Amino acid sequence: MSGIYIHIPFCKQACHYCDFHFSTSLGKKEEMIGAIEKELKLRKAELLTKVETIYFGGGTPSILKGEEINAIIDTVYSEYEVIDDPEITLEANPDDLDLETIKVLAGSRVNRLSIGIQSFLEADLKLMNRAHNAKEAKDCLDQAKKYFDNISIDLIYGIPNMTNEQWQENLDVAIALNIPHISSYALTVEPKTALHSFIEKGVIDPVDDEAAQQHFNMLIDTMEEKGYEHYETSNFAKPGYFSKNNSAYWQNKPYLGVGPSAHSFDREQRSWNINNNAKYIKALAKDELPIERERLSAIDRYNEYVMTGLRTIWGVSLSKVEKEYGQRFRDYLLKQSKRYVDEHLLYIDDDKLMTSKNGRFLSDGIAADLFMVDFAK
Amino acid sequence: MKNIRNFCIIAHIDHGKSTLADRLLDFTGSVTEREKQEQLLDSMDLERERGITIKSHAIQMDYEYEGEQYILNLIDTPGHVDFSYEVSRSIAACEGALLIVDAAQSIQAQTISNLYLALENDLEIIPVLNKVDLPSANPEEVTDDIVDLLGCDPSEVIHASGKTGFGVENILQAIIERVPAPEGDPDAPLQALIFDSVYNTFRGVETYFRVFNGEIKKGQKIKFVATGKEYFADEVGTLKLNQVVKSSVKTGDVGYLITGIKTAKEVKVGDTITDFANPTTNIVEGFEDVKPMVFAGIYPVDTEDYEELRNSMEKLQLNDASLVFQPESSAALGFGFRCGFLGMLHMEIIQERLEREFDMTVITTVPNVSYHAYTNKNPDDAFIVNNPSDLPDPSTVNRVEEPYIKATIITKSDFVGNVMSLCIEKRGMITNQTYLTTERVELTFDMPLAEIVFDFYDRLKTVSKGYASFDYSPIGMRVSKLVRLDVLLNGQPVDALSALIHADNAHTIGKKMCEKLKELIPRQQFDIPIQAAIGAKIISRETVKALRKDVTAKCYGGDISRKRKLLEKQKKGKKRMRQVGNVEIPQQAFMAVLKLND
Repeated sequence: MSGIYIHIPFCKQACHYCDFHFSTSLGKKEEMIGAIEKELKLRKAELLTKVETIYFGGGTPSILKGEEINAIIDTVYSEYEVIDDPEITLEANPDDLDLETIKVLAGSRVNRLSIGIQSFLEADLKLMNRAHNAKEAKDCLDQAKKYFDNISIDLIYGIPNMTNEQWQENLDVAIALNIPHISSYALTVEPKTALHSFIEKGVIDPVDDEAAQQHFNMLIDTMEEKGYEHYETSNFAKPGYFSKNNSAYWQNKPYLGVGPSAHSFDREQRSWNINNNAKYIKALAKDELPIERERLSAIDRYNEYVMTGLRTIWGVSLSKVEKEYGQRFRDYLLKQSKRYVDEHLLYIDDDKLMTSKNGRFLSDGIAADLFMVDFAK
Repeated sequence: MKNIRNFCIIAHIDHGKSTLADRLLDFTGSVTEREKQEQLLDSMDLERERGITIKSHAIQMDYEYEGEQYILNLIDTPGHVDFSYEVSRSIAACEGALLIVDAAQSIQAQTISNLYLALENDLEIIPVLNKVDLPSANPEEVTDDIVDLLGCDPSEVIHASGKTGFGVENILQAIIERVPAPEGDPDAPLQALIFDSVYNTFRGVETYFRVFNGEIKKGQKIKFVATGKEYFADEVGTLKLNQVVKSSVKTGDVGYLITGIKTAKEVKVGDTITDFANPTTNIVEGFEDVKPMVFAGIYPVDTEDYEELRNSMEKLQLNDASLVFQPESSAALGFGFRCGFLGMLHMEIIQERLEREFDMTVITTVPNVSYHAYTNKNPDDAFIVNNPSDLPDPSTVNRVEEPYIKATIITKSDFVGNVMSLCIEKRGMITNQTYLTTERVELTFDMPLAEIVFDFYDRLKTVSKGYASFDYSPIGMRVSKLVRLDVLLNGQPVDALSALIHADNAHTIGKKMCEKLKELIPRQQFDIPIQAAIGAKIISRETVKALRKDVTAKCYGGDISRKRKLLEKQKKGKKRMRQVGNVEIPQQAFMAVLKLND
């Protein structure tokens, strides 16, 4: 299978924590859509298997009009072979999802909405500089549920001064709305974001890791109790509602990313487009691909597998490591993971090396320790 | 012989010794355009990078002056107190010395002590005021300082600039006119002084010497007096930029010798070379077996690399005879070596050479000096303690002695108060205070050597804003009230972090040590208590809090590559960490006790 990711690099306003690639100036929207369609045409030879998922991410894809989204999807269908029942996701912000828009989207090929709720609490939304308010968040979900079955929402925890009660309230609202997929992220203070600078200046309190850890545990417990599967560090879904597009990222499947800053992967190399809207448009106008590529060595691929595997329900398969990378990698993996198994942060379930509940919130450092690294380089 | 001049250069670090030496080589045509490079005599990368001289070097220059051909032998010497014995032997091989003083910075303590050495050896001193082209140069005042110090005439001070080459001709002229030609009896039995040696992988040890009497011929059977070893002189010659093979090296000249010696230990700097059949009765005075001053454990980061480390250390010792080591084991670190060094710089150099030349990653433990412990049972027999763990149980110890030094510090009068309080904090006793000029003061202290090892240089630099220079010489052992401070991580004592310290400072140092380790030990998946203890008594405690969250929230298509690289970098950072129990300790933690005030 293959996936296609389409990056829509525009937003109405900048969220304080965001370090993704976007522009709040919409002047070049038409040209951008043209350039994206051009890129889709130029790169069609890169996907060797049928397209099973299409994902509009951003930025804020819901900033596009229904017909614009349809035009891009039509390009995919005309240039690529698409399976009968693809998963087509659109990331959307509550403030864009009025009833009219929801209806238009429901009439398009889009069949999954990923809605950037982030919080149902007014204070959190203000702190993050989201464009919607708490009421809009709930209203839009009420409407969306009438037209879409497959809905995901984002929720952020570990926000400065967020109490356990407030976090639980957020979770309870989501569950009461019977949302089948929840992506929930610890607030991360990325360098060069407004949030970072506010914390530096003391305007906002720093993020408290201990509180975040508590929220994470509450999240896991609540989700488990309500029948969601914790299938990736930050992703929970009712059976049958895993994001197919995102699962591909963690399962070493190929994907094509179009639009500025989008990444692609063909199982041997990773590539990424330039993260500058004007330069992207200019290059495509000349039929050029503004792309950089990196070929992955066996060690790189092993490291990526360990890193992503430890985040997921699928774990790291020992037999797969042995088959794809050799006995040496398997032995090394077992040797390096021993102390974490002893400390109950990892466990081995038959053939799979997995993170335990306690290990899940620490999996980066653990993964790094399981990495194969050439110290001489 | 009357046309030979042997001279060395005395200078403080950064006063431009190596650059000026480059200019002398240039001017005399001793290097071709192609051979030119900065700090030509400093052949080790480490020397060039750090701008210091570690080994002594010798080079011969030919120079025509007033119609006569002269041979000038320059013996370049190390500039750091760790190598003061080598400097003293190089000085003993010369008749003259260039005293190079930075026209902006004036005379420093190290320079003065080497100058005294030169004067004791009756060397003719040629004062050179270097860097006169600098805007900050202060030639009048610095000339006054030099005149005060040497009692010379101001006109004898040569103004020069290593950068522009100004004054170089005057220096060469002064070397020929003022430095006496060597004296010696060409017909007497061979008497030559070894002033350095260099290890060459293909040719074995190359010995550098100065002939005082007689001559040394190719094929001659010779003897090294101090070691008592006999050799055949397989090859002799003089030292141009490249070696020049000769049939003999004659009285007064400087040269090299190859005898097939395979280990540097056999060639002792300061030893006398003589003829085997007809030995001299006149050995060169001043020979000493160099004793290490500072000891530390060196351990492989990966315990499996112990044998490889041993091989590397042995190879390193082949070309650095002053490195001594013996196997030891540590409960925390496993098998490694207790090593003796000439000083802290020497220790750093060894560690760096192990990494660069032998690709070894090592952990160096807290350095210490060599103590003498006397037990109640044998109150007259000194028990040598080169490792804090070797200190016998306190209840059985009668007394402990530690090495003392005479420390000489020259500073600006503005900083006397600061320097004084630092030295007193470091258990120093002032013995002398002399105003060299109205601005510059020489302070002399008796101090424990151990206090110099721990964090002294950097603090001296700080309290004097860089305007202090420092030199020391050992003055014997003195009784001290010493205790062993142990450190426990996660409840386990880590012997490699133990240190012997003065009882009065134990609580302060224990507290600072815990704080410093808390800073240096990265947070791990569990709480790590850090405790400082004397015997069974815990005197201080800190905790490295467990990591609560160490996971990226989002890891989608565009994040994977970036995240992998980030984690790979993190993993590489662990290269320098040593796992003790289940705690990962970075290399710097073992040096923490040296940097308690940073």
